[in-house]
Amino acid sequence: MFVSYDVDIAYDEMFAAPGQPRAQYLPLYDRLASLSAEELHRRQRAADAAFLNQGITFAVYGHGDGTEKIFPYDLIPRIITAAEWSVIERGLTQRIVALNMFLRDVYHEGRILADGVVPRELVYSCRHYRREMRGVHVPRNVYIAIVGTDLVRDADGRFLVLEDNLRVPSGVSYMLVNRQVMKRTFPTLFDRYNVRPTDHYGQALLETLRALDPLQRPDPTIVLLTPGVYNSAYFEHTFLARQMGVQLVEGRDLLVHDNRVYMRTTAGLQRVDVIYRRIDDDFLDPLAFRPDSALGVAGLFNAYRAGNVGLGNAIGTGVADDKAIYAFVPRIIRYYLGEDPILPNVDTYLAYNETDRRYILDNLDKLVIKAVGESGGYGMLIGPHSTGEQREEFRRRILADPRNYIAQPTVMLSRAACFVDGRVEPRHVDLRPYILYGEGVVIVPGGLTRVALRRGSLVVNSSQGGGSKDTWVLND
Amino acid sequence: MTKTPMLSRVADSLFWMARYLERAEHTARLLDVHLHSALDLTPAAANRRWRRLLTALHSPLASEHVSPYAITQALIFDTTNSDSIAACITAARDNARQVRERISSEMWEQVNRLYLYLRTTSMEEMWTGEPHLFFRSVKEGVHLFQGITDATLSHDEGWWFIQIGRYLERAMATAALMDVHFCTLDSQDATTLDYFEWVALLKSCTAFEAYCKVYTASVHPEDVAEFLLLNAEFPRSIRFAADMIQEAAQAIGQSGARHAMARVERLAGRLRAALDYGQVDEIMMDMHTYLMTIRRMCAQVHDALYQACISYSADEALR
Repeated sequence: MFVSYDVDIAYDEMFAAPGQPRAQYLPLYDRLASLSAEELHRRQRAADAAFLNQGITFAVYGHGDGTEKIFPYDLIPRIITAAEWSVIERGLTQRIVALNMFLRDVYHEGRILADGVVPRELVYSCRHYRREMRGVHVPRNVYIAIVGTDLVRDADGRFLVLEDNLRVPSGVSYMLVNRQVMKRTFPTLFDRYNVRPTDHYGQALLETLRALDPLQRPDPTIVLLTPGVYNSAYFEHTFLARQMGVQLVEGRDLLVHDNRVYMRTTAGLQRVDVIYRRIDDDFLDPLAFRPDSALGVAGLFNAYRAGNVGLGNAIGTGVADDKAIYAFVPRIIRYYLGEDPILPNVDTYLAYNETDRRYILDNLDKLVIKAVGESGGYGMLIGPHSTGEQREEFRRRILADPRNYIAQPTVMLSRAACFVDGRVEPRHVDLRPYILYGEGVVIVPGGLTRVALRRGSLVVNSSQGGGSKDTWVLND
Repeated sequence: MTKTPMLSRVADSLFWMARYLERAEHTARLLDVHLHSALDLTPAAANRRWRRLLTALHSPLASEHVSPYAITQALIFDTTNSDSIAACITAARDNARQVRERISSEMWEQVNRLYLYLRTTSMEEMWTGEPHLFFRSVKEGVHLFQGITDATLSHDEGWWFIQIGRYLERAMATAALMDVHFCTLDSQDATTLDYFEWVALLKSCTAFEAYCKVYTASVHPEDVAEFLLLNAEFPRSIRFAADMIQEAAQAIGQSGARHAMARVERLAGRLRAALDYGQVDEIMMDMHTYLMTIRRMCAQVHDALYQACISYSADEALR
C-alpha cells in the first residue's frame, strides 16, 4: 500500500523518516497496511455516495440542468496531537483577540496609527476599509465573531499563519460533514484513538451569535442571511441554519422599518435581533454600499448603527485581513497585548515599501507575488513556475500600483498521506481551523484540511483541483 | 419551544410550485383527450374543438390560422408561452429549487426528473410516436409528485400551502373548461354529435368512469354539470376542491393565530357554501354567470390569502 510513498524535504505528517511512522500515526498506519486496495476503494465509494445522497454538492456553474458535483474527499484522516493543538489554539486566540482590538482601534481612536506602528496610509487605502464604520459602536466590541484562519506547516513542522479570513469565511460545513462521513463509512479507524468531537460547532456558533444581540434579550431571533440558491456555498448556509435551528433568509425576506429589522413570515412581521450574514459588505445594504445590489436589505446599515441589530461579522473587517496589513500582524499583537506572536507569519515583502520593492523586483523568479485584495488563488504569480513574459507583466503592475502587491517566499507545505489511484501517496495540505468569538474565544478542535490532489501541486483551492480530508485532534 | 413561523417567501414558492404542476397536468389531460377524440371528427368540428380548448386554457393563439401540430407544440414546448407544459414545469422546478431545503429530497428529485424528461423530449419524436404515452408520463409525473409530497413531507403549514395552491388552480381551471362547453353547446338537448362532446368534457376531467357509476352511461348535460360542480366525493369536482380549500384555509389560520386569516377563512367558507347549497336546475338557467361567480370567489380567496400571509404591507403589519 505504501510502496510508492516518498518522503522529501517537505514536512511529512505521517512519517518521521521513510518507513518510520510518527507515534500518533502508528495505529492508523498498521490498520491501513492490513487493508487491501479493494477494501479502501469500497470505502471511498461509500463515502462519495454519502456526500451525493445528502446533497452535499456544489452547483457547476453554466449548466441549467441541475448538474452537481461533490467536493473530493480523501479517506485517510490527518492527525494533530494534543500538544500541537494547544499551540494552535493559544496562537489563534492571541491573534484573533489582537486583530479584533486593532479593528476597534482603527474605527475609533486610531492609536496604533498615531503611534506609527501601522502606516495610516496603508489602512485608509485598503479597499475593504469602511469609512462609514468610524465611531460606530459594535456589540461587545466584537468585530470578528466568525473566523477561518489558514495555517501551513513549514519544513521544520512549525505551523505558520498564511492568511486571516475575517470577512465571510466558508468551509466549516465540510469540516463537520467529513467527520460524519468518516464515522459512518470507516468506523474501525477510530479504534485505539481518542479523537476530540466537533459536533457541537452548531451550538457554539449559536451561542456566539446570541452574544452579539445588542439588546441582550433572553431569546433573541437569529437568522442566517444567504445570497440565495445560486451561491456556490448555499449548501453550507442551509446546513448551518439547520444545525442551529434558525431561519435561512434572503435579503428580500427582510425589511427595515424605523431602524429595526423584520422578517416577513406568514404570521406577520417578526423582529430580527442578530444576523449571521453570508453576504459581503458591498452587497449588504444598497443604501449604504453598492446601490445595484439586489441581495441586501435597504436600511440595514442604519439599523446596525442605531444598535438595533447585531451582525456577524461586523462591517469593514476586511481591513484587517488585507494582505499588506497581514505583514504587520506580529507588530499588532505586540502593540496591544505586549506578547510575542505564538504562531509566526510567513515572511512578507511589501511592494509599498521601497527597499522591499527593490528586493521583490530583483527576485520575481523566486517569490510568490499576490495582489492584496484577491483570494482563492487569483491574481497571483508563482515565481519559480512563471515565464519571463508573466514576470514582466507583474513588474509593470507592481510599479503601477505598489500598494496592491506583496511577495512571499514559496512555502513548502507539509504533506499528508492520501489514497490516490489505489495507493497511498503524499500530497500537500494546509489547515483551516474555525474560530468563534462571542463572550470569549471558542475553537472547535479540528479544522478543514485542504489537499492539493494533483501530485506535487501546492494549490489547495477547491476551484483548482483541491479536495479535503477529516482532521483529528487527539486528547492527551 | 416556540414554533418559528414560516417565511412568506417560502409559502409563496410552495403555493406556486403546486399551482404550476396542477396547471401542467390539466393541459396535458386536455390535449390527450383532444388529440385522441379529434380522430373521429370532421375538420369543421375539429376546428370548433380547438377553439374551445384554446379558450378553456386562456390561450391567445387563434385556431383558424395554425395547424394542430403548431398548436400542440405551442401548448407543450413553447417556453415563451407562459402556460405551456414546459413553461409550467420549469416554473414549478424553479419554485421548488428556491425552497429545496424545506421540501423533501424525494420531492425535489421527482420535479427535477419531470423537468429533465420535458427537456429531453422533442416535438417530432412525440408527434410521430405515441403522443398518448407522452401525456401519460406528464400526468403520472405530477401525480407521483403529489403522492411523494403526501408521503414524505410533514403535513404542516407548508403542506397546506401546497394543497390550497393545487385546489385553487383545479377549481378555476375546471370552471373555465365547463364554461366553454356550456356556452358553446346546446345544453338542453344532447344530439349524437354533442354526446361525444359531453363525453369528451367528462374525460377531460378524468370523470367519465366516475360519472357512469353515479348516473350510468346516459349522458345528460344537467347531470354532467351536477357531477362536475357539486359532487362531494369526486376529487376533480369543484365542490371537492372547495372543501379542500376551506380545510387548508382553516389549517393555515390555526398554525399561527392571526386575525388576518379570518377573512380568508370566511371567503373560503362562502365559496364552499355556494357549492354546498347549489341547486343544479337553478344553476343551469345561467351557467355562465354561476361559473364566473365561482371563479371570482376563488380569485378572492387567493388575493385574501396573499394579503394575509405573503404580500401584506409593512406599515399595516406594524400597526
